[in-house]
Amino acid sequence: MTRIPLPALIGLAVTGAYFLAALFAPLLAPYGLSEVVGDVWEPSSAEHLLGTDNIGRDLLSRLIYGGRTTIFVASAATILSFFTGSVLGLFAAVVGGWVDQLLSRFVDLIMAIPTLIFALVVLSVMPVTLPVLIVVMGLLDSTRVFRLSRAVAADLAVMDFVEAARLRGEGRGWIIFREILPNALSPLVAEMGMRFIFMVLFVSTLSFLGLGIQPPEADWGGIVKENKDGIVYGISAALLPAVAIATLAIAVNLVADWILDRTTSLKGGRNG
Amino acid sequence: MVEPLLNIENLRIEAASYQPGEAPSRITIVDDVSLSLQKGHVLGLIGESGAGKSTIGLSAMAYGRGGVELTGGEIRLNGREIRTAPSPVLRKLRGVEVTYVAQSAAAAFNPAKRLMEQVIESTLEHGRASRREAEARAVDLFEKLGLPDPGTFGNRYPHQVSGGQLQRAMTAMALCPQPDLIIFDEPTTALDVTTQLGVLSAIKAAIRDLGVAALYITHDLAVVAQIADDIMVLRHGKTVEYGTADQIINAPRKAYTRALVSVAANEHPENLPAGEAVLSLKGITARYRNVPFDVVSDIGIDVKPGTTLAVVGESGSGKSTLARVITGLLPAARGEITFAGRRLPPGLERRTREDLRELQMIYQMADVAMNPRQTVGTIIGRPLEFYFGLKGAAQKQRVVELLDEIELGERFLDRYPAELSGGQKQRVCIARALAAKPKLIICDEVTSALDPLVAEGILKLLLDLQTSEGVAYVFITHDIATVRAVADTIAVMHKGRLVRYGMKSEVLSPPFDDYTELLLKSVPEMRIGWMEETLAALEAEAR
Amino acid sequence: MNAQIAMLLAQRFLLGLLLIVLVSILIFAGTQILPGDVAQSILGQSATPEALANLREQLGLNAPVHERYLSWLSGVLQGDLGNSLTNGRDIAESIGARLGNTLFLAFWAALISVPLAIVLGLVSVLYRGRWPDRLISAVTLASISIPEFMMSYILMFYVAVQLGWAPSVAMIDDRMSLLQKLHAIALPVAVLVMVVLAHMMRMTRAALLNVMQSAYIETAELKGLNRFKIIWRHAFPNSIAPIVNVVMLNMAYLIVGVVVVEVVFVYPGMGQYLVDHVAKRDVPVVQACGIIFAGVYILLNMLADIVSILANPRLRQPK
Repeated sequence: MTRIPLPALIGLAVTGAYFLAALFAPLLAPYGLSEVVGDVWEPSSAEHLLGTDNIGRDLLSRLIYGGRTTIFVASAATILSFFTGSVLGLFAAVVGGWVDQLLSRFVDLIMAIPTLIFALVVLSVMPVTLPVLIVVMGLLDSTRVFRLSRAVAADLAVMDFVEAARLRGEGRGWIIFREILPNALSPLVAEMGMRFIFMVLFVSTLSFLGLGIQPPEADWGGIVKENKDGIVYGISAALLPAVAIATLAIAVNLVADWILDRTTSLKGGRNG
Repeated sequence: MVEPLLNIENLRIEAASYQPGEAPSRITIVDDVSLSLQKGHVLGLIGESGAGKSTIGLSAMAYGRGGVELTGGEIRLNGREIRTAPSPVLRKLRGVEVTYVAQSAAAAFNPAKRLMEQVIESTLEHGRASRREAEARAVDLFEKLGLPDPGTFGNRYPHQVSGGQLQRAMTAMALCPQPDLIIFDEPTTALDVTTQLGVLSAIKAAIRDLGVAALYITHDLAVVAQIADDIMVLRHGKTVEYGTADQIINAPRKAYTRALVSVAANEHPENLPAGEAVLSLKGITARYRNVPFDVVSDIGIDVKPGTTLAVVGESGSGKSTLARVITGLLPAARGEITFAGRRLPPGLERRTREDLRELQMIYQMADVAMNPRQTVGTIIGRPLEFYFGLKGAAQKQRVVELLDEIELGERFLDRYPAELSGGQKQRVCIARALAAKPKLIICDEVTSALDPLVAEGILKLLLDLQTSEGVAYVFITHDIATVRAVADTIAVMHKGRLVRYGMKSEVLSPPFDDYTELLLKSVPEMRIGWMEETLAALEAEAR
Repeated sequence: MNAQIAMLLAQRFLLGLLLIVLVSILIFAGTQILPGDVAQSILGQSATPEALANLREQLGLNAPVHERYLSWLSGVLQGDLGNSLTNGRDIAESIGARLGNTLFLAFWAALISVPLAIVLGLVSVLYRGRWPDRLISAVTLASISIPEFMMSYILMFYVAVQLGWAPSVAMIDDRMSLLQKLHAIALPVAVLVMVVLAHMMRMTRAALLNVMQSAYIETAELKGLNRFKIIWRHAFPNSIAPIVNVVMLNMAYLIVGVVVVEVVFVYPGMGQYLVDHVAKRDVPVVQACGIIFAGVYILLNMLADIVSILANPRLRQPK
C-alpha cells in the first residue's frame, strides 16, 4: 500500500472534517440557524465563540449551517457537471464524426460567454430556487469537464491497446468502460476536485450578489453580504467565511494534486 | 607519451530514483569506468539501452542530464580536472572545447530560429571568430557534409529540411567552433538505413579533415566498426571490454561482446510447403482519406501456412499501412484479400468473429499495446473469454499454459505491464495473440524497439512457436538482419509498391533492382572497412 | 505575410464574427427561457388586463421570437441598446460613461498583473523547487482559494479601515486628476491584480516549464550559454504564443472579477450596472450588458488566436 504524503493527508483530513460537519450540522451548531441570541455584532466570547452577526445571531452556528448549504449545493452541482460532462465527452471522443463536431461546437459556443455573465443572464429571468441554481451551475460548468474528458479519451482512443481491442472485435461498450474509462479516471477525479472548489466559490459569489441562496437559508456568501456593512466600523464578522472557504479550497487542492501525481507514476512511463 | 585529450578514471555517476509511494533513493548508473582518448582518435561507446553510454559521453563535458550527478572519479580534459569544476568554468569549455551532437536533430534545434544562427551561435558566444568568419566556416562545413545549396542552406528553418539534413546540420554546428572533442550521441539511429550511410561517411570525413577527436555512442556495433579506432563495450554502467576496434570485432574476449558481435549472423533456413496459401492479397490498393495519392498500390502476396513472409521497407514505404489494410482498419480501395479460403470484407466491421480471431497482430511498442490498468492475467485471459467463452479456473489454467510457452511462468499472472521489462512486455503481447489460436499473426516491427540481444530472444521464441503451433507470420521490419533471421519469403516495398518478391534466397541474391541493391548495400556489416568498400563500389557504379 | 497566413487570419476573424452573432442568439434565448410575463412583472399583480395588453403592444412583446431577436440585433448594431425597463432611460447612454470606467479599471489591473505574472512565472521556473518557487506557489494557492468579493473585504478591512491607506469606496468622476483617480481605485485594482495574477502565474509557469523541458534548451546549455541567455534567446521566442494565450484566457477572469469588485467597492462601472438590473429583472439591460461583456471576451480570444498563428514559424515559413 503506497504511503500517502503529508500534504495530501492533511487535505483529506480537512476535507473530511468539513463534509462531516456539514452532515451533522444540527448536532454541532450551538444555536439554531435563525435564533437571535444576543446583541448586534458582539465580539467573540465564551458563549459565542465567533461573536454575533448583524442582527444578533450566533456566527459560529450560522457558519456551520452556511457550510452545510454551500457544500450541499456545490456537491450537487459538481456531480451534475461531472457526470454530464464526462459521459458526453467520452462518448464524443469514441464516436467521433459529426456527433463529436456538433457537441464540441456547441460547447465552444457556451464557453464563449464568461460563466458568471451567463449565469447572471439566465438567473435574471428564472426564479432563484435551489434546484434552478444547481442545474444552472452544473450545466454551465459541465462544458469544462466535457473538454477535459474528451481530450483525455481522444488521447487514449488512439493508443494501440484500444486498437487491439477493436481488432479483437470488442463492442463499443467494452471499449469505453473497460479500456478507456479506467485510464481516464485519475485525471477526471482530480478535475472533479477543482470543479468542486469552483462551485463553492461560484455559489458564494452568486449569493453575495443576491442571486444565489436566498434567506432564511444561510450560506457563506450570504453571511458576508449580511455583515459587510460592519467592515467600515472595524467589525471583522464578514471576513470569517473567507477563512472557511480558503481552508476548504486549499485542502481539496492538495488532494487533487496528489491524485494527479499518482496518475503519471502508474502509467509506468518515466518512473515505473 | 603524449597526454591524452580526455582521460577519465574511475568515474562514478549516480541518480535519484523516485519510486511512487517510497522515499527517493540513490542508484548507481555508472560504476568505475575508465577510458582515455587521444587527439584525433575516435572511441566508440557501445551497449544496450540503460548501459550508461550517453551518460558517460556527456560526462566528457561534466554534464549530467536530468538530475544525474557525477559523484566520483576524475575527468581530465586537456589536462584540467573538470568533474569538480564550478559552472562558470564548465560554461567556458562547453560548446568550444567539447561539442555535442544529439540523437534527435529535429528536437535539438530551436524551431523558432534559422539554422545559420544556431550553427554559429557557439562560435560567436565564445569569441572564436567574427560573425563573417563564422558564417564562412559554416558554409564550408555545409558543403563538406554534403548539404544542398550550402550558400543558402543556413537561411532555412528546421522544419523546412529533412531528418538526414538536420543531422548533418547538427554535425556542422558541432564542428563550427573547431572543438577538440565531439560527442556523437546515436547520430544515425533515427535515420533510414539508406540515409545512414551517407551521413556516416560525411561525419567520418569531416572528423578526419579537421583532426577532431570523437566519442561515438551507439548500440549498433556494425556502425561503430566503420568509424572507431577503439571500442568500449558497456553493460549496466560497467565496462565489459575495452580495446581497439580490430580486437573487439575480430577477437572479442568476453561472452557478452561475442554475443553482440554475432547477433547479425543468425540465419533461418527457408521453407516453402506446398498447398493453399493462408493469406492471399491481389491488387491491393489503399489510400488515406485526405491524402491525394495511394499509400499502397497493387500489392499481391501469398503466405503459406506455418511460414513467414517478411515485408521490408524504410519509413514511408507503406509496410505498416499494409498491415492496417490486412486487418481491416484501413479498408482497401481496390483488390481482394483471401484468408483461410474465404474472401475477407475490406473493412473491420463486416468481418465475423472467426475472421478476427484467426488473424492477430502484435505491435512495435509493447507498453502502449497493453492496457496499463489490466494485469497480465486479464490481458491474456480476455481473448480466451471473448473467443472461446473460457472463464474461471479453466481460463486461468490456459493462461498459465501460455505463460509457460512464452517462457515467463505463473508468477506473472498478477503483474501489471509497468512492472515488466521491454522483452517481457513483448512476450505477453505474443501470448495474447496466441491465446486466440490464430492462423496468421502480423508482427509489426515487434523487435525494432528492443535491444539487440533481447530482440534475438524474441525472434527465437517466435520461430519456436511457429514450429509448435503452425502459425504463419507476416513480419514487418526495416532491418535486413532480422529478415535473414526469420523469413521464408520476402517482399520489398518502396513508396507503396512491391519492388521485389519471392523466396528469401532469390530476393537476397543478385541480379537486383536499383532500390533493393541500395537497401541491401546500405546495411552495415560487422566488418572494419566495409563503409569504404561500399562507397567506392556505389561510386564506381554511378560513373 | 504569405497567402496561408492571410487565409488563416481571415478565417479566424470571420469565425469571431460568427461567434458573436451566435452568442447574441444564446444571450437572447437565455432571457426567453421562462414564459414569464415581462409586462406582468413591471406593472405588478394589480394591473388590469387592458393595461397589460397595452404595455405588451408597446414593448413589442406580441411579435414572434425571431422577429424580436432580429429587431434587437439590428438595434444593437446601430448602437441602440433599447431602454431600461426600470426607469425607461436609454441604455446606451447609461452604459457610455460606465463602460469607460470599467475599461479604466480593467486596464490598470491588466497593466500591473501581466508583466508581474510573466516575471513571477520566470522566477518560479528559474528557481524551480527552491524557496522562491514554493513561496510563490503557496501564495498563489491561497489567492485562488478565496472568491474575489471576500478578497475585497479583507483588503478593505485591513488597508482601508485599519490602515487608512486607500478609500473603501471607489468613487471617481471626471473632475479628478489621474492621480486622484488611481488612488480611488487602488483597492479594487489590487484585488483584481491578486486574483488574475494567481491564475495567470500558474499558467505562465506551466507554459515556461513546458518550453524549458524541450531538447533544444539542452542544446543551448551544452553550448555553454548561461541561464539568462538560454531563457532569453531560446525559451522566450517559443514561449510567446503560449504566454499570450494564457494572458488572453485570464482576461476572462478579469471580466468576471470586475463585475464583483465594482459591486463591493460601489464603483460606477458596467459590472455594478449589470448586477443591479439583474436583481430587478430588467431584461433589456441584462441583454445589452451580456452581449457587450461576451463580445469583449470573444474579441480577446480571437486576438490570442491571431498572435498564436503569427508566432508559429511553421506557418510563417512553410516548406
